[in-house]
Amino acid sequence: MNIFHHPTIQRLRWLLFGSRAHRGLTMNAALYTVLIAIGFVYLQPLLFMFVTSIKSPDDLLNPMVQWVPTEFYLGNYIKGLRVLNYSNTLMASAVMSIVPSMLQVIVASVVGYGLARYRFRGKSLIFILLLATFLIPPQNTVIPQMLTYRNLGLLGNPLALILPALLGQGYKSAIFILIFYQSYISFPKVLEESARLDGASDMRVFLTLAVPSVLPAYIVSFIFSIVWYWNETFLTVIFLEGGVTTLPMQLSKFTQAYENLYPPGTVNIFDRLNEAVKMSGTFLNILPLLVMYFILQKWFVESVEMTGITGE
Amino acid sequence: MTGYSPRREISLRTREALHGYGFILIWVVGFLLFTLLPLIETFRYSLNQVTVTTANINLNFVEWANYTRALFTDPNFIELLIGYTIETLVSVPIVLIFAMIIAMFLNLKFKFKGLFRVIFFLPIVITSGPVIKELTAQGAAAVPGIGNIPAVIEFLEQLPRALRTPVEYLLTSFILILWFSGVQILIYLASLQKVDRSIYEAAAIDGASSWATFWKIILPSLSTATVVNAIYTIVSLSHFSENKVIRYIYDRTYDVQGGIGYASAMAFIYFGVMIILLTIVYLFLRQWARRGTN
Repeated sequence: MNIFHHPTIQRLRWLLFGSRAHRGLTMNAALYTVLIAIGFVYLQPLLFMFVTSIKSPDDLLNPMVQWVPTEFYLGNYIKGLRVLNYSNTLMASAVMSIVPSMLQVIVASVVGYGLARYRFRGKSLIFILLLATFLIPPQNTVIPQMLTYRNLGLLGNPLALILPALLGQGYKSAIFILIFYQSYISFPKVLEESARLDGASDMRVFLTLAVPSVLPAYIVSFIFSIVWYWNETFLTVIFLEGGVTTLPMQLSKFTQAYENLYPPGTVNIFDRLNEAVKMSGTFLNILPLLVMYFILQKWFVESVEMTGITGE
Repeated sequence: MTGYSPRREISLRTREALHGYGFILIWVVGFLLFTLLPLIETFRYSLNQVTVTTANINLNFVEWANYTRALFTDPNFIELLIGYTIETLVSVPIVLIFAMIIAMFLNLKFKFKGLFRVIFFLPIVITSGPVIKELTAQGAAAVPGIGNIPAVIEFLEQLPRALRTPVEYLLTSFILILWFSGVQILIYLASLQKVDRSIYEAAAIDGASSWATFWKIILPSLSTATVVNAIYTIVSLSHFSENKVIRYIYDRTYDVQGGIGYASAMAFIYFGVMIILLTIVYLFLRQWARRGTN
């Protein structure tokens, strides 16, 4: 009998290299090694940001201190909160991402429903134009909009961001319309037809039958929309500058704002702007999104399954 | 009203179409007002010397002068465009391959899968212009430590210039590139989950190795998702607010000399380059997908 077919050896082989039914130890070890390595690459900037942000000025100067600060120094955060004018900018960011997102999602669902449920001429043209709105870079349309807003006195007014969202032209609107199109097209038509036979109007069918049936699509679209609006800075800077200051807008002029509060000539060396303060500002900037992500993570990681989007 | 006039009788078909138009009307109005009109207006600016005063906007028709200036006179713009093209062509395959690998991992069954998923989708939440800018400024976007290894620096110095730029970009921005793959992982994962498990089993019973299974079953089933992901990657890289070309165009907008007209012309050239890149990548992937299925 071949030694390799001895039962004990065979069992060991299964354990190490796996069989048809399960992965072996080596495969598992390789799998976790790769996953942990990639996970580290992803987390490294975040860890770096956090660790740097709690370093005291002494730790920053000390070359021995790399990843483990000698103390948990909160001074940077106190400065960061002041420089970012946190309570105001946080509020502004929340309003300027939640309000346009809600409008954008509602409009996208109406348009997506129309595209999925009705037959009419020119539908393929609408899809081409939808793709075009996704492709056209913002700088190809933003200047005339800005000049028009200026003439209307709307520059710096929240309406400058809300109006496009209200008319289905919000940030990445095309994606949300396609999400709703996919969701509604895969939802069976039978229920709606029987309701229509009972005399329900189109609007009633949409509101009472269609909307509740694709609720996950609403939730997923809403949270993605909030995140994208929150992180958007190109349009917000152009449209809201001078009126509303969101968190990312304030972060992008952090150095300037810091030197206004702590003029370089007058403060002692420990109060000068250093990378620890900058990193605390950056961390404060993403903290609300991180909190939201960890609370709603199921909706992010399972969004595709929930909306049935597959990319056709 | 008793009886009905034939004129008011609309066919069911037309009624359905009218209701359909009713649902999309709001979008059509928005498209005209916020996309088409500004796009045409920007194109008009690009053919003019634009001066903005507090009261109104003065246009002075200059034909294609803004375009020739961008393409032949301005040394920065072409340099930036070339840089953008190289960076995009380097980033797209990395994002695609990386997203595909991660998606295949996440499609397996293993312990702590939830934890790894949470980590891998984190970039969706935090990838914003100012955050990336601060992180890159602190060197947190580079592969840790690799830029300082003497051997690496020496290796870079010996490369020809045409090769050095992409490799250098790769080393300094690797994490950044990976951070642009969150949504793409989601799309790949969805496609993988649609593949019927019984196909894998059938392949295994027929004695196909996992290597063969990947090339013959998994990869072809991901071809549509790959095209979608490639387009999504190019668009999100091109629209990213810290993109150097966009920053340059934005800065030029406020120039006293040229200003808006010149910036508009550059915006259109940039858009054109982006469309060319999209077309090249699209045709390339379609070709590849066809060969895969035959």
